[in-house]
Amino acid sequence: MSTPLADRVIEVAGLCKEFDGKRVVDDVAFTVTRGQTVALLGANGAGKTTTIAMLLGLLLPTAGRIQMLGENMVRHRYRVLGRINFSSPYVDLPRRLTVAQNLLFFARLYGVPDPKGRLRELSEQLDLGPLLRQRIGALSAGQKTRASLAKALINRPEVILLDEPTASLDPDTADWVRGYLETYQKRRGAAILLASHNMAEVERLAAFVLMMRGGRIVDRGTPAELIQRYGRHNLEEVFLDIVRETGAARPSRPETRPEPGAAAR
Amino acid sequence: MSNRTVNTALFAPSRVGAMVLRHVYLLRASWPRVVELMYWPTIQMVLWGFLTKFLLTNSSYIAQASGVLISAVLLWDVLFRGQLGFSLSFLEEIWSRNLPNLAVSPLRPSEFLISLMAMSLIRTLIGILPATGLAIIFYHASVYDLGLPLLAFFVNLIVMSWAIGMAVTALILRVGMGAESTAWLAIFLIAPVSAIYYPVSVLPEWLQLVAWSLPTAPVFEGMRAILIEGQFRVDLLIHAALLDVLYLIIGAGLFLFSYHVARRRGLLLQIGE
Repeated sequence: MSTPLADRVIEVAGLCKEFDGKRVVDDVAFTVTRGQTVALLGANGAGKTTTIAMLLGLLLPTAGRIQMLGENMVRHRYRVLGRINFSSPYVDLPRRLTVAQNLLFFARLYGVPDPKGRLRELSEQLDLGPLLRQRIGALSAGQKTRASLAKALINRPEVILLDEPTASLDPDTADWVRGYLETYQKRRGAAILLASHNMAEVERLAAFVLMMRGGRIVDRGTPAELIQRYGRHNLEEVFLDIVRETGAARPSRPETRPEPGAAAR
Repeated sequence: MSNRTVNTALFAPSRVGAMVLRHVYLLRASWPRVVELMYWPTIQMVLWGFLTKFLLTNSSYIAQASGVLISAVLLWDVLFRGQLGFSLSFLEEIWSRNLPNLAVSPLRPSEFLISLMAMSLIRTLIGILPATGLAIIFYHASVYDLGLPLLAFFVNLIVMSWAIGMAVTALILRVGMGAESTAWLAIFLIAPVSAIYYPVSVLPEWLQLVAWSLPTAPVFEGMRAILIEGQFRVDLLIHAALLDVLYLIIGAGLFLFSYHVARRRGLLLQIGE
């Protein structure tokens, strides 16, 4: 059964990126629907960050189509950017500004109505109260992640792109972040595209997984489907099989691609 | 589909205001930055003030218009501080690894440029205004004696500083932080042909052509015309203003082109490394 058009918030088809003639993302295609969390998995250099950068418009594709919230992201990204947001450990918030100043700045940049009210709201939800007057540069890794998460949610995004959202966090903080993302998604029906190396995180958060290797999506399915298909106990073992191309547990059936226009799941 | 409204206007003053606010926060939280803004204009003014004092008793040329050197120094600093203010506000985004956050926000490149211009203006005024006050107190030389033309000179110079700032940031976007030092050096490339402290006629003929192709030389010639001859040269101002428009268009074009190339090559994520 195909997914209603309005529910498809991300539609990617034939996406390619070449640098100096070398193809780093090759014919990537997938769909993410409203309220769904999809994980992009793959080893370092598999093309996850490049794919996310293209979805955000940070990078222009060499070929392919990206529809986000019904708009062509290459041609009309400014119609969409106010409705999406992202977080990445490779991008910082201005470290000499306090948490409150950062959030007020981004709230105004995104045209959030009542920026101070939104700051209060996020401060309560993410327990940022004691940190508001502290500079970003003075925060611990966990506190910075919470501030970055607040920035990523400042405009109440309908689509959130997260690149390794819990990298370098202790298990307790990482668990808290995952819990918060689940709550936000349920409350707002947001779609989340997640790139992560943490398989437990993916199993917990993602309804659907896209496995990347060498710039291509080499397999896809729900975590349970993938585990069953490869005859493994968990997603980490599946990941190792795919990344190492060991073939210890080849999928018992070939990759099944969704019908054109159908949701990832 | 969601029916929430998002401001997709081609230009939103609120987004430019947000960018200015971000840099005002930065300045407000860092007194060394504010002191640095005032430091060089003040040092320059003191240095050239003493030189002027000496020349007043030793040179009949300078004696005709006391304060001509101080005015030249202060106006030159408008150009220098303006360009530096523009480029440093851009570099702050790279140093703080915030550029990707801006690039995926609704902030358009044109709004980014306008916010950098606004910050350049704020930084320049913070730097220059105290120095002009000190010049009055110490040397009884007021740049405000230029009257209303001062505003025209200021506008012409600050616009040129933005054009150079855009070219500098375009270069940094294109080749990375290896070009960072151009933020400090680029402006001095045009100093010898800007006729800051001497008339254009002093230059060799071929360099005079170069000088008249920049908006800076007519501004400084216009300043001397007022202070020494008591004449307001509208022709020089129009000459400067037309060139400013041309250079601003070239600067903005270079920036937008480099921004596009950076998106194609993925430099927005890598810059700073």
